[in-house]
Amino acid sequence: MTVERMVIEELLSLDKFTIDEDEAHIVLNKSICSQCQEKPCLIVCPAVLYKLKNNEISFDYAGCLECGTCRILCKNKGIVKWEYPRGTFGVTYRFG
Amino acid sequence: MSDDIFDAIIIGAGPAGIACAYVLAKEGKNVLVIERGYNAGSKNVTGGRVYTYALELVDKGLYCEAALERKVVHEQIMVLDSDRALTIDYHDPSFNEDVPQSYSILRAVFDNWFAGKAEEQGAMFAYGIRVDNLIEQNGKIVGVVAGEDEIYANIVVAADGVNSLTAQKAGLRSDITAGSVGVGIKEIIELPAKVIEERFNLNPNEGAARVILGCTAGMHGGGFIYTNRDSISLGCVFMPEELAKQKTQVHELFQDFKMHPSIYHLIAGGVTTEYSAHLVPEDGWKGVSKRLYREGMLLVGDAAGFVINTGVIIRGIDLAIVSGVAAARAVLRETNSVCVGPAYMEELGRLNLIATMKATQGYSKLLDNSRLYSLYPRLANDIAGQVFGVSGSVPEPLVKGIKRIIKENVTIWQLIKDAWRGYRLI
Repeated sequence: MTVERMVIEELLSLDKFTIDEDEAHIVLNKSICSQCQEKPCLIVCPAVLYKLKNNEISFDYAGCLECGTCRILCKNKGIVKWEYPRGTFGVTYRFG
Repeated sequence: MSDDIFDAIIIGAGPAGIACAYVLAKEGKNVLVIERGYNAGSKNVTGGRVYTYALELVDKGLYCEAALERKVVHEQIMVLDSDRALTIDYHDPSFNEDVPQSYSILRAVFDNWFAGKAEEQGAMFAYGIRVDNLIEQNGKIVGVVAGEDEIYANIVVAADGVNSLTAQKAGLRSDITAGSVGVGIKEIIELPAKVIEERFNLNPNEGAARVILGCTAGMHGGGFIYTNRDSISLGCVFMPEELAKQKTQVHELFQDFKMHPSIYHLIAGGVTTEYSAHLVPEDGWKGVSKRLYREGMLLVGDAAGFVINTGVIIRGIDLAIVSGVAAARAVLRETNSVCVGPAYMEELGRLNLIATMKATQGYSKLLDNSRLYSLYPRLANDIAGQVFGVSGSVPEPLVKGIKRIIKENVTIWQLIKDAWRGYRLI
């Protein structure tokens, strides 16, 4: 084993997440997103949680590193809700 | 939750909030720290290091027991270009004398230790609870809402970090803009202590801090390395606004950086154990909230925007701790809630925080020069190649060679303009 180039799934598998099955802390309005030409979220999310499937944004809040980059880059405000996960949920860094 | 009114509620168990809680609790105040993570530090990320003077400000000698990694005695600047690198290493044993100047840290470990110390002083910590809202009465912040609970206090200290959603809810600042923060990405790479010491030329317990230019695909940003006891923190910060204008996903850019031959040989054989991302304020004094208080509420740490990046050193944790101490001193000094905010500003002044931010305000403008991130790293490596290259042919006179290389990369006029601008700014 040695350090090597890693894909995002491998990187995220190193972190500990507690998923809130009942409440999404980030919510998109996909009709706004479909109008957005730039879609910066596809590039800037360090966890690559925003993906393009059949020309539509798909988003999964599990695996969120809670940095906030998507929120500040989302100019058309397709992200209609951005909160931190509820208490105890989300990422737990062991080193940080 | 109790129905009592706390002397202070602190939102967020990072260095700012914990320092504030520690000082208040030590003076007998009834303090509640509310943290959304499982424990202190579990949501927090640093490069990073702590400058020790700030811990000394909280309590003399506190650092001796702290959960620290290595004393930083090597300060390094690395300039990358394609597969080349030029590294400057400043070794200063005096950084290790008396009270060592700074230590590398891991935040999940450090913050958890620090919270434990504040708890020993009598501060109360409520973990796994997210503050959802503020309670306002007659224009004054009087408490917080967390789930079903309403909790009241004489003062609420927002220590909830760079995104500070509570500072926004209080109307103290608008949302951060894409041009004012960087997105930092980091891997923790475990390696045996002995290997780290060999590769970075360190004595046991001593460490290196390195900033890296030319690793951001020409975009405004930079990399960093901090040596921990048994791991290396390898990270890179990008300006998200520029990221959004190109096509490569940010984690891919980071992997490119990690695999650069001059970086890779430092981490080879290691194992990545964590991947993290966090925003970091990049605007210096300009990014500090214009209003740091309102009646019943104070902003500290990243929530206030207290971060300095000079290009060669990055300071945030020390400034967070200092602001937390300033907030605590203001609360201890003033019983009238109208006077606490102005007293906080006075204490920030007394502890030199405002003057320090102002004295370094030119750096963020200096770093806002695209030539720093691609052209000058290439130029530096080209010149080094000219100085050290031997082929057996007749060498070009050194000055002539350097002039030729400069002209190939940039006009002399541009170079003079940038040098003059840099001189004026800092």
